[in-house]
Amino acid sequence: MIADYGYVGLFLVFGIIFVAGALAVSWFLRPRAPSPEKNSCYECGEVIKGGSWIQFNVRYYLIALIFVVFDVEILFLIPWAVIFRELGFVAFVEMVVFIGVLIAGLVYAWKKGALEWQ
Amino acid sequence: MIIPVLTLIIMLIVGAVVLGFIAVSAMFLIWWERKVSAHIQTRYGPMRVGWHGALQSVADVIKLLLKENITPSGVDRLSWWLAPFFAVVPVVMVFVCIPFGNIFGIELIARDLNIGILYIMALTSICVLGIFMAGWGSNNKYSLLGGMRSAAQIVSYEIPLVLAMVTAVMFAGSLSMQKIVEAQKGLWFVFQPNMAIAFAIFIIAGTAEVNRTPFDIPEAESELVAGFHTEYSGMKFAMFFLGEYTNMFVISALAATLFLGGWSGPFLPPVIWFLIKTYGLVTFMMWIRWTLPRVRVDQLMGFAWKVLTPVSFANLIVAGWILMK
Repeated sequence: MIADYGYVGLFLVFGIIFVAGALAVSWFLRPRAPSPEKNSCYECGEVIKGGSWIQFNVRYYLIALIFVVFDVEILFLIPWAVIFRELGFVAFVEMVVFIGVLIAGLVYAWKKGALEWQ
Repeated sequence: MIIPVLTLIIMLIVGAVVLGFIAVSAMFLIWWERKVSAHIQTRYGPMRVGWHGALQSVADVIKLLLKENITPSGVDRLSWWLAPFFAVVPVVMVFVCIPFGNIFGIELIARDLNIGILYIMALTSICVLGIFMAGWGSNNKYSLLGGMRSAAQIVSYEIPLVLAMVTAVMFAGSLSMQKIVEAQKGLWFVFQPNMAIAFAIFIIAGTAEVNRTPFDIPEAESELVAGFHTEYSGMKFAMFFLGEYTNMFVISALAATLFLGGWSGPFLPPVIWFLIKTYGLVTFMMWIRWTLPRVRVDQLMGFAWKVLTPVSFANLIVAGWILMK
C-alpha cells in the first residue's frame, strides 16, 4: 500500500523535476533581449486595445454546472460498476432509477436551452 | 535498512526509464505526425536531418532550448509559470499504472494500483487546468478564448469518455489495469456489441479530450492564432507540445488496454503487442486529423451533450442488463 502510493509521489516529484529541469537548462542557454514591443501581447501586430480579463459568456457556467452534476454521479457509478454482479437485481434497478433522475435533469436543461450555443 | 534502500533505487530507476520513454515517445510522435501528414498530402515532410528526417525532433528540441523565452508584460505570473507544469506533470503521473505488458518475465508496469482506472480518470482531468491557466494567465484575447473553449470542450467530453471506461469496468469487474487486461484473455472487449459502441464513444471523446481535429476548436489556427499557447515561446511552448503528444499516447494506450486486449496477443512478446496497438491508434487519430475538417463550437457542444452522453448512458444500462442475465 505504502509502496503503491510511494510510486505516485515519486512520479509527481519526477514530473516536476523534469519540467523545472528543462526550463532551467534553457535558462542558462537562451539569449535575453527584451524590448517593450516584443513584450507586448500578440494581437496580429496591432497595438493592444484593453485588457482581456473581461466578463465571459454565461453559457460556460451552465456547462460547468451540468458537468459537475454528471461527474459526481459517475463517481457513484464506479463502485457499483465493480461489484454490480454480486449486488444483484435490486441494485441494478436502483442505479437505473438514479441515472433516470439525472437524465431527466439533462432533458430539463436541454428544454431550457442551456445546451444551445449561438 | 538494506531493503528500503534497494526498493528506493528500483523506484528511481523505474521513474527515470518512464521519463525517458515519455520524452522519446513524444519526439517520435511529433516526427511521425509530420511524416503521416506529409504523405497524406503527397509531400515528403522532413527529409534533411537524419534518415527521412528522423532526427528532426532532436534538432527542434535543441532549437527550442536556445530560443529566447518571452514573458509578455501584463501576464498573471503565477498561472503563467505554473501552466506548463500542469500540462506535463499529471500526464507523467498517469504512467504509474499503464500496463506495458511484460518482457523476460518482468512486468512492465510501475505499479498496478488497485484503483488504477479511477486514478487515471482523475489525473487526465487535471490537464484542463493547465490549459485554462495558460489561457487566462497570458492576458491575451486569443489565449483566453482558446482556454475557455478548451475547458468547456474537455469537461463536456469527459462525461462520455468516463462512461465508456465505466462500461469496461463493468465487463472486467475490477479497477486494476492488469486485471482488466487479464479479463480479455479469451475475447477482446471490443468484439462484444456494447463494448464496440463504448469503444467508438471512447475514441471520439478521447480525440476531443486531447483537442485534436475535428475537435481542435481551442487552437483553431485560422481564428485563434494558436489558442491557449499563443504567448508561450521556447521551452515552455515545448512543454505544452510534450504534454499534448503524451496525452495522445495515454488516450491510445487506455483505448488499447480497455478495449483491444492490452498487451495480450499471439506470437509476439506482449510489450510489442501493446506498442503496436497503441501507436496504431495514435496513427488512426492522426489520419482523422488530416482527413476531416474542424467542426463549429455549437456542433461540438451539441454533439457531446445531445448525442454522446445519452448514448453512453443507454449503452451502460443495456450492458448492465445483459451482464445481469
